[in-house]
Amino acid sequence: MTATPARVERVHVRPADLLTSWARRNLWMLGLLALLVFLLALTKFIQPTYGAIALQGLGTSVLPLALAAVAQAIVVISGGIDLSIGSMMALTSVVAATAMDGQSEQFGVLVVAGVLFLGLVLGAINGGLVVATGVPDIVVTLAMSFVWAGSALLVRERPGGGASTWLGNLVVGPLGIDWVPKAVVVLIVIVAVIWIPISRSRFGLSTYAIGSSRLAAFRSGVPVGRTKVLAYALTGLFAALAGLSLTASTSIGSPVPGPYTLESVAAVVLGGVSLAGGRGGVFGPMVAVVILQLIGTDLTFLNVDPNIAFVAQGVILIAVLMSARVVEVWRTRA
Amino acid sequence: MTLTATDLLLEATGVSKTYGAVIALRSASLAVRPGEVHALMGANGAGKSTLVKILTGAVHPDSGRIVVRGRERMVHSPGEARRSGLVSVYQEPALIPDLDIRSNLRLTDTPVEPFRHWLHELGLEDIDLSSLARGMPLASLRIIDLARALAIEPDVLMLDEMTAALPANLTERVLAVVASQKGGDRSIIFISHRLIEIAAVCDRATVLREGETVGIVDVTKGSEDRIVELMLGEMVASTPAVAERTAAATRARDARPRLTARGLASGTKLHDVSFDLYPGEVLGVVSLEGQGQDELFDILAGAVRPSGGELQVDGAPASFHHPADAIRAGLVYVAADRAEALLMQRSVRENIALPSSTPPQRWGPIDLRRERIVVDTAVARLQIDARAGGEVRRLSGGNQQKVTIARWVAGGVRTMLCFDPTRGIDIRTKQQIYVLLRDLAEAGASVLLYTSELKEVQLVCDRAIVIFGGRVVAQIAGADADEPSLLRAAYNLRADAVLPEDIAAAAAAEGAAPGAASPAAAARTEPGA
Repeated sequence: MTATPARVERVHVRPADLLTSWARRNLWMLGLLALLVFLLALTKFIQPTYGAIALQGLGTSVLPLALAAVAQAIVVISGGIDLSIGSMMALTSVVAATAMDGQSEQFGVLVVAGVLFLGLVLGAINGGLVVATGVPDIVVTLAMSFVWAGSALLVRERPGGGASTWLGNLVVGPLGIDWVPKAVVVLIVIVAVIWIPISRSRFGLSTYAIGSSRLAAFRSGVPVGRTKVLAYALTGLFAALAGLSLTASTSIGSPVPGPYTLESVAAVVLGGVSLAGGRGGVFGPMVAVVILQLIGTDLTFLNVDPNIAFVAQGVILIAVLMSARVVEVWRTRA
Repeated sequence: MTLTATDLLLEATGVSKTYGAVIALRSASLAVRPGEVHALMGANGAGKSTLVKILTGAVHPDSGRIVVRGRERMVHSPGEARRSGLVSVYQEPALIPDLDIRSNLRLTDTPVEPFRHWLHELGLEDIDLSSLARGMPLASLRIIDLARALAIEPDVLMLDEMTAALPANLTERVLAVVASQKGGDRSIIFISHRLIEIAAVCDRATVLREGETVGIVDVTKGSEDRIVELMLGEMVASTPAVAERTAAATRARDARPRLTARGLASGTKLHDVSFDLYPGEVLGVVSLEGQGQDELFDILAGAVRPSGGELQVDGAPASFHHPADAIRAGLVYVAADRAEALLMQRSVRENIALPSSTPPQRWGPIDLRRERIVVDTAVARLQIDARAGGEVRRLSGGNQQKVTIARWVAGGVRTMLCFDPTRGIDIRTKQQIYVLLRDLAEAGASVLLYTSELKEVQLVCDRAIVIFGGRVVAQIAGADADEPSLLRAAYNLRADAVLPEDIAAAAAAEGAAPGAASPAAAARTEPGA
């Protein structure tokens, strides 16, 4: 082949263009943030006493679901779905609470490391089964959700156990000034430390690739099966983090899975991740979790009947997604 | 000049591959010298794609050895093939739609600067590397895919129908770049249906037929005929009934056409197809792969709406929004891929009864007694072996195809659109299908038959239209439709230097002439009557 010239002309791009193209690519994220700010303002308007303490409470209460949403986002980006996240959270939570019960603070650190490893293994088993059997993700993870939930009950029949003090302190209260909930900082640090390097790595790229087009990824030389197992393992890791955050905020472990699995799917969809795979990130779902929580809070403040509030939350979710779809269609036509 | 094996860059010998009962490759061999552009030729289904997929690790061969630069290689995945220096550019661009171009390059470890250089050489410069692959035009994607492959400097680069979806100016640049690779240390395997391109850039050609390598030709002026000859193999004697049929078709021609298409167009593949289908006739459609025939049948079956042109059924304008509309207008579709048409886990009975028992937009209970009569008649008429009838997927391919035809025959067919109905089925069933199609025509139905087996045209069709580059380029009477003339027409070989764009101009000029029954077709051959 002919030699390649050393220099190729660079195209100069104006910063303003870069900004607009960035905004266009992250339109969904910007919209979510705007919605979040609007909801915070609305909450303050409805309940003038809503302040720093309430914000701290919000941070602590959204942490498990936010981590579950990150877990779900990763596997959905890779083109799969994990219906066992809630059960994995329950299992890791009871294992942590049982192991830490009455033990020293130092031993608690060991337990946390062990539980995170357990999460990786649980996820890898899910992914390995999906790849090895070829059975659809939704079926395998639904079945495994029973396995993990049953295992959680074997570890501990009813809620109980304990948590190291430092773990609880990690997610409750403010950091420095009153207006910064510690849980939110912890969430952002965890996700930034784990997800950002991975998303920039070859594995992260491959995850988006297999979710976007399996065939094209395969032809581009991506090891499709291995990438899928790793994506599931990472989902397991974040499910374990979510389970730990449950133990941390309640100081006990409960073997009964919460409503986290389906709520994580809702957050992922609202967070701009395509259920078909390949599109979106993990920060959108995190913001979406806070939005969903705030909608619930506002409906409570407005004294709406809890049953009607439940219906309203569903309707709002569908309305937001539909309007986004309409905007998208309108933009491609224009 | 003879070369020993060690001088070869790539050597594949005795490569075979079967899918169930279907033999895709019997014993293919391919030897590529360093620095040459080597054409891989073969009619539809000869095994070209399978061979390329094996060389790039996408498919595992049943037997055979592959030697690259004197070392035997066993490639298990495209990633491994890439590391061994074997890279392919497929017909469908292998770019991840949701990643930007830069990430796509990173995914395959492609250096950016050489990539830009090749983009420049290929005449595509204003590409923003941070734009998503989704939403880019197909032609740009194919060029990007090619530039990406060139940038990693593979030992053997395989180009599968590289020029198929490209406009003329880009085609020229691609051919120039391919030609510039000659004489170096690396080689290109070039697959194209356009013999003109083969003649322009290739040094040698390996010809496959029915899964076997049947010849290696040095490409020089006039070697096209030799290549076509090799692709065809032995000629098949024509059936005596042809003359009779042509006469019958002429009589039928006095009637009003059942189906009239004028200037049908769709997307980038189908540009201008016009024809008339008369009652009592079997009209063949002949073309190479990917010339727009899939799109044509999708339109006629109501699965896709055309972007241009018009359709008439029994003289009245028709527009289909859904296959149910086409079925109501009497246009029923038989696909090559049985999985597309059948409910594989359901019984023969249910599959046959599906369209007749559940006519579109009629609810209410199914008349089971009527259904049984209808189904039994159809099963008997098509001689379906329904012993394993509990689940259609257990039937042989031939019997499955009979079920897809039977469901329409059961409902009383008026116009049947058959897309390669005999693909991959045994010879006995094929013959039964031929007889059935003729019977249907004798009874007054119309049949449009696309076939990749050219000898079927003479066996079954009254006349045939030939499509090339999304346009009708020839119309041939059944009696004259022997394989050489069909293949020549399919490769658009009559006028030597005609490129698709020229045909476009010619067809447009003729299309403007008023009153012609089949404007685009008139130029090349006289109609059968």
